[in-house]
Amino acid sequence: MADTAWQGPLAALSRIPPRVRRGAVLPAALVLAWLAVVDTGFARTPLLVPLHQVLSAPFVDPDGRQIWTALAASLARATAGIALGASAGVALGVSLGLSRPLQRGIAPTLHGLRQIALFAWIPLLTAWFGTGEIAKVVFISLSAFFPAFLNTEQGVRAIAPAYWETAAVLRLRPWRRVTKMVLPAALPAILIGLEIALLTAWIGTVGAEYAIGVGRGLGSFLVAARELFRMDLVLAGVVALALVGYACNRASRHVFSRIITWRDR
Amino acid sequence: MASHTDARLDAIAVPASTPRPRPSRAWRAALLPLLLPALALCAWQLAASQGWMAPQILPAPEQVWASFVELLENGDIAANFAVSLHRIGMGFLLGAALGLATGIALGVSNTAREYLDPLLRALFAIPSIGWIPILILVFGIAETLKILIIAKAVFVPIVIHTAQGIRDIPKTHLETARVLRLRPWTRFIRVIAPASLGPVFSGVRLGLGHAFIALIVVEMLAATEGIGYMMVWGRKQFQTDIVIVGMIVVGLAGFALDCALLAIEQILNRKVPPHG
Repeated sequence: MADTAWQGPLAALSRIPPRVRRGAVLPAALVLAWLAVVDTGFARTPLLVPLHQVLSAPFVDPDGRQIWTALAASLARATAGIALGASAGVALGVSLGLSRPLQRGIAPTLHGLRQIALFAWIPLLTAWFGTGEIAKVVFISLSAFFPAFLNTEQGVRAIAPAYWETAAVLRLRPWRRVTKMVLPAALPAILIGLEIALLTAWIGTVGAEYAIGVGRGLGSFLVAARELFRMDLVLAGVVALALVGYACNRASRHVFSRIITWRDR
Repeated sequence: MASHTDARLDAIAVPASTPRPRPSRAWRAALLPLLLPALALCAWQLAASQGWMAPQILPAPEQVWASFVELLENGDIAANFAVSLHRIGMGFLLGAALGLATGIALGVSNTAREYLDPLLRALFAIPSIGWIPILILVFGIAETLKILIIAKAVFVPIVIHTAQGIRDIPKTHLETARVLRLRPWTRFIRVIAPASLGPVFSGVRLGLGHAFIALIVVEMLAATEGIGYMMVWGRKQFQTDIVIVGMIVVGLAGFALDCALLAIEQILNRKVPPHG
């Protein structure tokens, strides 16, 4: 087994499954082209920044190191907004699913408001709450609210009639009915809603920071980097934005799939 | 004991049978959705007429209406809307053409999928808000930026749905095509295209929805005209009435777009039943 390491990199490559190998061709070619053309100094303009500079910016560059505090500020803000928005969405979704008059009275208005593209709320929110923390957190809550609400509402409405009947037969009190029947039955839909909410809220966080521009955060970091014409910092910021989104999505999927396994057992 | 089970059976039977709605109930059901907006409007009117909030924060409903009519009559809404429409049209054409081509390639050819999939996934992980600063540095805030951002927003769902739609075509369809020895082009036109039309169109529908959102985002962040810019401009002038008018226009346009696309999708589904 130890010999394989001595057979050179080609042998090691051949042990990688062909799917992975083929998938890596284009990204590797792009990275090599970038290294060959820009990092060697063959072509260098303010826009074509060397790859090593992009990668080292968050650690070495004094402006680039700001990205860590910016990221921390964004994550804290996102957490607050998601906690508010998602819990409001789930609570409202469950209550509308439980009560027909409530559903008829409130759902159409919410579905109407949903037609307004989320970003279009930002000017109004800044007029109401200023350009500080409140406007951003309210916007993030709003972007987490809609997916959480919509999926919960649908999930509760899709509960099989047999479940309602069983709850009626057992004469469960409203609170126990929610905790023992409605929430577990609608859980898969609620978790899908939360998964979407996490992602839209993260994009909403950076978007709000970018649009409002004041204060710390990854969005403000991107604005500042763009104004300084620092492509390396912009790219580093965008990579951070995508990585956090990707990590959130993977983590939530992993956790949520573990929560739901009890259904299959 | 018997009566006990009967009671249980009754309890089961009650929620299952739905009584016919009486006329008065039907009325209530129709009016109930309007209750909340009506209450909100009353509260808004009251807050404005009592002067609880400055007009820069919450302008009176009639002021918003007056601004709406004024912006409609002096052509501001129409002009900005035309600019936005042009952008969305150009971006959609570019994104849909590239997206269909890429999606078909990924759906038809395993090789193409193996080579392109990871790179595309990585690129799709970057939201529009990430592309905007990069593209501003490259192209400035000219039209190219907006059209590219919109095209990207259209491209992503179309690629995903087209590729998936083609891959989901039942094996029997493709086997029939093989038995009939259809040429690749005939096979594509006669089998693959009609069988994947439904999912492809839902990709298009989603793409246009995303395009509309991307349009508002890019116009708010980097533009000098368009519906999104009109709202930002209103905010800068402390004319919250213009902001609210903009939100109404954005909401109505989004709703109209959604309805139109849903109608087209239903017609398509009726003509070409999914995998029927």
